[in-house]
Amino acid sequence: MERYYQPEIECASREQIRAWQNERLVPTVKRVYENVPYYRNLMKEKGVEPGDIRSVDDLHKLPFLTKEDLRKAYPYGLLAVPLHDCVRIQSTSGTTGRRVVAFYTQHDIDLWDECCARALVAAGATKDDVVHVCYGYGLFTGGPGLNGGSHKLGSLTLPMSSGNTDRQIQFMTDLGSTILCCTPSYAAYLAESIIERGLRDQIKLKAGIFGAEAWSEEMRQDIQNKLGITAYDIYGLTEISGPGVSFECSDQHGMHINEDNFIPEIIDPKTGEVLPEGSVGELVFTCITKDAFPLLRYRTRDICVLNYEKCPCGRTHVRMSKPMGRSDDMLIVKGVNVFPSQIETVLLNKGYPANYQIIVTRENNSDRLEVQVEMTPEMFSDNLAKVSAREKELVDALKAMLGIYTVVKLVAPKSIVRSEGKAVRVIDKRNLY
Amino acid sequence: MAINQISVFLENKPGQLAEFTRLLEQNQIDMRALSIAETQDFGILRLIVDDPYDTVNVAKDAGYICAVTPVLAIEIPDKPGSLVKMLSALGEAGINVEYTYAFLTRKKDVAYMIFRVNDPDKASEALVRSGVRPLAQDDLAALFAG
Repeated sequence: MERYYQPEIECASREQIRAWQNERLVPTVKRVYENVPYYRNLMKEKGVEPGDIRSVDDLHKLPFLTKEDLRKAYPYGLLAVPLHDCVRIQSTSGTTGRRVVAFYTQHDIDLWDECCARALVAAGATKDDVVHVCYGYGLFTGGPGLNGGSHKLGSLTLPMSSGNTDRQIQFMTDLGSTILCCTPSYAAYLAESIIERGLRDQIKLKAGIFGAEAWSEEMRQDIQNKLGITAYDIYGLTEISGPGVSFECSDQHGMHINEDNFIPEIIDPKTGEVLPEGSVGELVFTCITKDAFPLLRYRTRDICVLNYEKCPCGRTHVRMSKPMGRSDDMLIVKGVNVFPSQIETVLLNKGYPANYQIIVTRENNSDRLEVQVEMTPEMFSDNLAKVSAREKELVDALKAMLGIYTVVKLVAPKSIVRSEGKAVRVIDKRNLY
Repeated sequence: MAINQISVFLENKPGQLAEFTRLLEQNQIDMRALSIAETQDFGILRLIVDDPYDTVNVAKDAGYICAVTPVLAIEIPDKPGSLVKMLSALGEAGINVEYTYAFLTRKKDVAYMIFRVNDPDKASEALVRSGVRPLAQDDLAALFAG
């Protein structure tokens, strides 16, 4: 029997959902217009006034927000309440070039926790479960989100954070963890480690909620088989709140968007036009319940499709497909957002040519980021230790910029193919989408 | 008294060295000594040739990255213990040897060593004091002429 955290919301009629969206959107737009000069200017530039937005049908009239806007308005430019009403910030993963800071009031945290509690219940969690959270804690939203959802639900929460696999497995066996929350690649790694140690029959896991990076259906089957669990996908982004913007149900066909909080649209990434139902395009969210950071028409850059068909699980909220790609050049490697432009900045700062290639692979369910750089006369020396030290310096600078380890490969000059027109900078061999 | 060594950046993959030596062949360049230092991804080829500048021009024109570095070339008796005296002299003078390699010529009973040191002039003086004279570029040319 399917269970719900908030059945009256999650299974509400489409008419009811639409009514909530209408009655929440209108005052939100008005409030943002009044309190956020940055967005007010965008609206004025487009010739839109709060009075023009009377229902969801008028949503398309509003200007978009992008990550670039968030960067420009950093840190307080999009804040819609006085700072003293905020109780928390979260930030996107270690990308100094494009850091994004999101603010939360207690009300915002409560709503976010509710969204995560819905995801946990959809994965079968109850008060009696032991929820093992090994997403990173701290600025990253993964740990705090699922942690909050688990508290809300009243489950026993293990705030493990990431890393230290031996300790993870020990707590899992000693305390009988039943729900695992982490990135899919870490889940796959944990599964292998558990099997290697011969502890498969000592774990009590029944389900896992895995997100923050793209994963394939094959990977899901692999994790499910190895751990004997059901693996659920979860989606979210810091700008909108964090994990729990949408989540998978027992049907495992798309993720239900919490439409009482977030209105989704699918647009043509080139023209910005709203696309008809069932089209593949860029996902855009409008937050209608948040106090502190209610972004309107925020472009996620994730390419996906929305499915309004009735779901066998009984939930009525629209389902989004797994993202099928990106409308910009952002890569997600080990759960971390990586822009080629960040890598380029580091290379230029260190005196390397801007001709480079990024190769992303996935081996044993773990991502590997390689940057190929052409050797220059200035970097070259007859002394191997000196060249290796320069290479190491570059690895460290990339780590400082991106927050993840990058393999640097020095290659012969002119060996990276020069393409006519737009250079092919990124070769993603992971087949994620 | 130092001679010029050429070092060349090569990727660590099949055919790279063959390609480079083919270039030397096409330009009638004779190698005297060669050594390679390598990592998993790349190698540094170190060469002693008759005419270093000619070789560098040929290599650069072909798109290779090269460097010219002064190194010491020393003739030593081809018998056990020959190196000890020389290395002691360098050590006592506070000279650090970054790397070294050896080569032979048609000249009997002697071997030649190449030393890359942090201070070639100071190293050269220390060796002269201990009775060893490093070869000059002309000595090298003469050595191979016959």
